[in-house]
Amino acid sequence: MHDSNLYRYILSLGDNSMILGHRLSELCGHGPTLETDIALTNISLDLFGEVRNYFQYAAKVKADGSTEDDIAHQRGSRAFYNLILLEQPNTNFAYVIARQFLFDVFHKLNLQALTKSTDKQLSAIAVKSLKEATYHVRFSSDWVKRLGDGTEESRAKMQGAIDDLYPFTGELLRPSKIEEEAYKEGYGTDIFAIKDSYVQEVQRILAEAKLTIPTSPYRFAKGKEGFHTEYLDYILQDFQYMQKTYPNMQW
Amino acid sequence: MIIDLKHTIPAEIFDLLAKVTDPEIPVLSIIDLGVVHQVEVTQNEVYIELMPTYTGCPAMDVMQEDIVKAFEGSNYSVQVQLILSPAWTSDRISQKGKAALKAYGVAPPVETTADKAALLEGANIIACTNCGSQHTQLVSQFGSTACKALFKCLDCLEPFDYFKCLK
Repeated sequence: MHDSNLYRYILSLGDNSMILGHRLSELCGHGPTLETDIALTNISLDLFGEVRNYFQYAAKVKADGSTEDDIAHQRGSRAFYNLILLEQPNTNFAYVIARQFLFDVFHKLNLQALTKSTDKQLSAIAVKSLKEATYHVRFSSDWVKRLGDGTEESRAKMQGAIDDLYPFTGELLRPSKIEEEAYKEGYGTDIFAIKDSYVQEVQRILAEAKLTIPTSPYRFAKGKEGFHTEYLDYILQDFQYMQKTYPNMQW
Repeated sequence: MIIDLKHTIPAEIFDLLAKVTDPEIPVLSIIDLGVVHQVEVTQNEVYIELMPTYTGCPAMDVMQEDIVKAFEGSNYSVQVQLILSPAWTSDRISQKGKAALKAYGVAPPVETTADKAALLEGANIIACTNCGSQHTQLVSQFGSTACKALFKCLDCLEPFDYFKCLK
C-alpha cells in the first residue's frame, strides 16, 4: 500500500535527527576534549529522544503493526528522507561544528513553526524538542564564533568547513513534495517562511565569527526525496547491522 | 499547573510513588522532580502519567519500571503512560526537591534570566554547592546528564553540576 503523506512527513522529520544523532554518536569517546565529547553525545541523545517520539507516532499512523524499531532498522537508504548535509562525515571538529550549526539554526526555526501544526502530536513533540534545540544552537554558534574568531589555524579550518558544507543548505530551504503537501494540509511547516530568518541568522553568526559567507552556489541535493550520497549506506550498515544479520532479533 | 498529589490521591499510593527516585539523582523522588503529571485511581487500578524531563533521557524508562516494581505486592495494578504535552519544566521541581539537589552537590535551577546570564554571559550567579561562593565559572553547557551543566568554583576549586533551567 502507498504510504500516506503524513507518515512520510513524520519520517522526514525523524530521519534528520536520526542521521545527525548517529553521526554525533560516532564521536562518543573521541571528542577533542572531555567537555565537548559529553556535549556532542548529549545532543545525540536529545536527537534520538526526538526520533523515538516521531517514529512511535509514525508507527501509530501506519497502523500495520510495525514499531519504532522497525522504522529505524528495516528501511533502505532510498526510503530515508534526511538532508544530505547531515550524512556528511566527521572530517574534523570544524566540520562537526559547521554541520551542527547549519542544521541547528534550521531545526530551531522549523520546530518553532511546527508547534503551530494542526496535528496535536506533532505540535507536542515540537514544543518538547524546541527547548532542547535552543540549547543545541547556543552550543554550536558559540563554537563557530570561538573557532572563527580564534587563531589563524582554527579560523582556516572553520572557514574551510563552512565553505564545503554551506552549499548543502540549499536543500534545507527548498521544500520537497512531501513538505509542500504537508504544509498544504496544515500539519507541516512552510519552508519558504523560514528561509529568510534562516539565512539572516546564519549570516549574523558567521559575521560575528569573522567568517566569510560563501558565495558558491547551492549544491543540487535531493536527500528529502530519498536520493542520497553513499555516506548514508555506510551509516545504515552500521546502524542496522544487528537487524540485518539476525532479522527480528530481540535485545 | 502543578497538581497537589499529596492531597488528591490516597496516601498509600502517594507513599509508594514518593519512594521511587530518579536513578541518576537518587535523592530526588519522582514526586519532587515533578514528573508525575496525573494519577487516576479507579478501585484498585492506578493510571499514572509521567512527563519526561528530556526526550532522550534513559532515566525515564527506568522510572517507569521502578514505579511498576514499587506497586508489586500492593493491592493495586498500575499502568504508566509517558506524555509529551504539557511539557515538563524545571519549575516543577519542588522546594524540597531543590534543597535535596543542593545537599547532594547539584546546584538547583535558577530563574530563566539568571540561567541565561550564567550559561551564556559568564555571570557569577550559580552558588558553589561546596562552599556557597558565587564566584563560579561555567565549564560546559552539557554535563554528566542531559539535564545538567558543568561548573567549577573559582574559590574552593570544586567542580559541580548545575541542574539547568528548562522552560
